[in-house]
Amino acid sequence: MSELYRRFGGGLGTLFLALVGVWLAGMVLAPNVMMIDYALRPNLPPSQLGGPEDVYSLDNILYLANEGVHRAIFFKTVWASALVAFITFLVCYPMAFWLAQHATVNQTAVVLLALTIPFWINEVLRTLAWYILLAFRGPLNAFLLSLGIIDEPVRWYGDGGVLAGMTYAYILFMLFPIYNAIESLDKSQIEAARDLGASTWRIHWRVVIPHAKAGIATGCVFTFMLAAGSYVAPALLGAPGSRWFTEIIYNWFFEGGDWNRGAAYALVLLVLCLAVVLVTLRIARVSLTEVAK
Amino acid sequence: MSAADRIARALFGFYMVAFFLYLFAPLAIMGIATFNTSRFPTVTPWRGTTLQWFDALWSDSGMWQSLWTSFIVAFFVVITVLPIGTAAALVLTSLHARARSFMYAVMVSPLLTPGVVIGIATLVLWRQLGVGGGVFLIVVAQASFIICYVMLMITARLQRFDPTQEEAALGLGASKFMVFRRVLLPFLKPALIAAGFLAVLQSIENYNTTLFVRGFDTPLTVYIATKVRTGLTPAVNALALIMIAITVFGAIAYEIARRRGADGGGVAVQL
Repeated sequence: MSELYRRFGGGLGTLFLALVGVWLAGMVLAPNVMMIDYALRPNLPPSQLGGPEDVYSLDNILYLANEGVHRAIFFKTVWASALVAFITFLVCYPMAFWLAQHATVNQTAVVLLALTIPFWINEVLRTLAWYILLAFRGPLNAFLLSLGIIDEPVRWYGDGGVLAGMTYAYILFMLFPIYNAIESLDKSQIEAARDLGASTWRIHWRVVIPHAKAGIATGCVFTFMLAAGSYVAPALLGAPGSRWFTEIIYNWFFEGGDWNRGAAYALVLLVLCLAVVLVTLRIARVSLTEVAK
Repeated sequence: MSAADRIARALFGFYMVAFFLYLFAPLAIMGIATFNTSRFPTVTPWRGTTLQWFDALWSDSGMWQSLWTSFIVAFFVVITVLPIGTAAALVLTSLHARARSFMYAVMVSPLLTPGVVIGIATLVLWRQLGVGGGVFLIVVAQASFIICYVMLMITARLQRFDPTQEEAALGLGASKFMVFRRVLLPFLKPALIAAGFLAVLQSIENYNTTLFVRGFDTPLTVYIATKVRTGLTPAVNALALIMIAITVFGAIAYEIARRRGADGGGVAVQL
């Protein structure tokens, strides 16, 4: 703090601190505290607010634990998000490795530029592209029918569609951290492993992946968090049988009219994501500083 | 070359083709469907080539309204996040190691919070204060996490700053304010421009957070998502195609500028 004042003087120093205070206290901390407050109170009509019924309890969270359908959707969201992270990793790893270790400087520049293009287009449009591709009478079914791979059109909307759309949407969040991590691996380490007789498979398993651990953990954490918190992909590419936890939350707010229960569900989602982030980073021994690079 | 090598090579070639097909085929199909007369956007069957959907887009007043809303939001987001993000970076870099890593964790925490949660938390706080959803809350909610990106980009730039420049200016009699205004700010300018650019994109593309705090206002992403459910026509594809075209030109222009600058202090836009 004294460093700040020494460098910028009293006026500017105070202004900077005030701006940061507005952000962290007013825009980050206060909203989350209020959400917790909402989550722990019952949903009462205005006349009963502050009355004998208006006490803190875990009822809203226990409601989620006891309501079979919502609980099932919650657990499905958790493992499906983990699956999205895993599939995205499988899709990205070979490309990240090739870019970092084999591609020429020009190839890398062109490919990275090409990769960023779908990424600058917003998530709703990317999902729309999949909505069109996967339509019942859409191009993918027409293509597969014409090849004779399928005999009648497949209904892609549902879990499969959501998975495809999400993997697509989060590719770059996985690819860039892994690419950055593998890039710092010295080629001679791979050559040494090869000279010592390691197979390609073993080189990746014992040399490249351990080296890229931090990048892989970062990519997985981001992908998981984005998938679990996504609303647009399940809303557009899902089917009635493939509801996502965020859709339940949305319904509490804008259809069920029970903000307290909605806030409780949102709180559960937040705690889940933070737990996954912290545990994954701890296991991979990555600090938060490295994550946000 | 051994047989195993040839198989590996063929597999890798197949992977590369599949990867780029996966990446671009959906976008290409979405773009091409704009020119099909079919009412539902598709490329199969091809019912005839037309430009009518550009006209339909042009005369869609709801689209223009939502585009305008998105621009207003993006404008206010940028003027909110640049000062706060810069202040956050300066405060962060003036802390000692221990406090710094704690503050860092606090400051990046919104990036690790799901977007819907940010929207909900903002919504319930402001309802308590008597403010409902709308453009104002969209700006507040979006800014709360876009500030993180600005903070990170400014911090990265600050690490290359040579403090002797400030000392020299002070030694020559400049006030502390003048040093900030004439030495530090000009140094940060490329990062500020890049951060502002990124903030606009993040703001316009946001959906998950915006959905909860929008009230009765409809920004572009919400408008498109609603269209998909209530009556999707290739007019939306025309909009997508235009946005893709702008993106491609923007990306190429950015790359050319970056190469020409050849590390002339440019800051890579990292996400």
